[in-house]
Amino acid sequence: MDSATVEAGLTRFLEKKTGHVPVFSALARLSGGAGRETWSFDAQLGDEFIEGIFRCDPVAGVGSSAARILEFSLIKAAMEAGAIVPEPLWDGDDTFPVKFFIMRRVPGETLGGRLIRNDQYAHAREVIPGQLAESLARIHSISVQDHPELSQLLAPPEGVSPAETEIKHYESIFRALTPDPHPVFELAFRWLYQHMPNPKERVLAHGDYRLGNFLFGEDGIRGIIDWELAHWGDPMEDIGWLAVKSWRFGGTKPMAGVGDDEEFFAAYEAAGGTPVDRERVHFWELFGNLKWGVITISQSANYFSGANKTVEMAAIGRRTAETEWELLKLLEEAGA
Amino acid sequence: MQDRPTIDELLEAVAGYLRDDVMANTSGRTNFHGRVAMNAVEMVRREIATIEDHLSREWDGLDHLLGIEPMPPHLSAVREGLLVRNRNLSERIRAGDADSGEWRQRVISHLRQSIHDKLVVSNPALAAEE
Repeated sequence: MDSATVEAGLTRFLEKKTGHVPVFSALARLSGGAGRETWSFDAQLGDEFIEGIFRCDPVAGVGSSAARILEFSLIKAAMEAGAIVPEPLWDGDDTFPVKFFIMRRVPGETLGGRLIRNDQYAHAREVIPGQLAESLARIHSISVQDHPELSQLLAPPEGVSPAETEIKHYESIFRALTPDPHPVFELAFRWLYQHMPNPKERVLAHGDYRLGNFLFGEDGIRGIIDWELAHWGDPMEDIGWLAVKSWRFGGTKPMAGVGDDEEFFAAYEAAGGTPVDRERVHFWELFGNLKWGVITISQSANYFSGANKTVEMAAIGRRTAETEWELLKLLEEAGA
Repeated sequence: MQDRPTIDELLEAVAGYLRDDVMANTSGRTNFHGRVAMNAVEMVRREIATIEDHLSREWDGLDHLLGIEPMPPHLSAVREGLLVRNRNLSERIRAGDADSGEWRQRVISHLRQSIHDKLVVSNPALAAEE
């Protein structure tokens, strides 16, 4: 959408919600998130000054998943549960032809490399592992009984484990999109199918809980964002994903590059998380590397198909090897 | 043959322009894509410098796993041949041939070499780590 369309729609929507005609002093599209449009705005609404984020699908209906449609409800549930999230303000209606919602803008940044390297974040690096453990335990405490609106999120079918559901999903993407054979991925799929855990717990998994999706400042985490992969699953999935090497951005510690694994597990359990099963975390870390590898293939496929002809999309296809390297290491550590 | 500059010298010039002119004078999305483009050009330089060694090493490694086949004389045919052979290797892994035992160890050690060769081109810092 262009900014005139966004401003006109926001004006109608905010007037409907608040009774005040907004006076905008800033409106700009933020970069990042190829699948989503994110706009930042400042608006005077009667006596109140709002610094907001407007998030929407780029095209009506395309790629809209349950988690996307429910992103406002997810953030609201997470806030009520005590996780650190931006304040959700209004869920969208039919003002725009696409699904949208509005949340309060949280000052901060998301680039993992800057958290790992910059001196100004020394204190943040200390406190972030504990904050992430606690917020994840809070997210995992959200139940479908308390939040029936979240029952439409993807969930493993009756009798199928979360692991099998996730592996099959990413295997089908891999088989459909990869232009090249990847023997390392075949070894990994094989190992994963042979080692699928089947725990009883089903929790709300964020689905993309990693450095890059956390707004942070010098005081630590300020907001957990990007809820569009949320689903019902194994609590260990989010922990394993957080440990994937690509999300350490050069940091030397396993959890998001800044946290020791045992300290993280202890903090997660102390905050009410289910007891950590280290073998399952390892399973999900291995799966996570494969998942990220498949995502690099699917993103570069956008270049080959002509859907997104940027140098960024083309170059990401050459990142697949990083995940293969890590998978070989994890497979060897796992033994046969 | 072409006159100087060589392929590598031309690419060096393009990478230098992206770094010293584009990146130095832009911000935001253009600066970011300038960096990605510069990295891509540097990657191509490394690939050209190593491609013959890497493809023939991968071919030899697959000879040890799948049986000996003569390597075609032209690079494009080598690439096509490697795609076929890697598909065969993938099929054997999917069939369970590499689930355990000595062949699994040989598969893993071959893949460590060929993935490392890919990283030498795509991410030399990571390749140098271990």
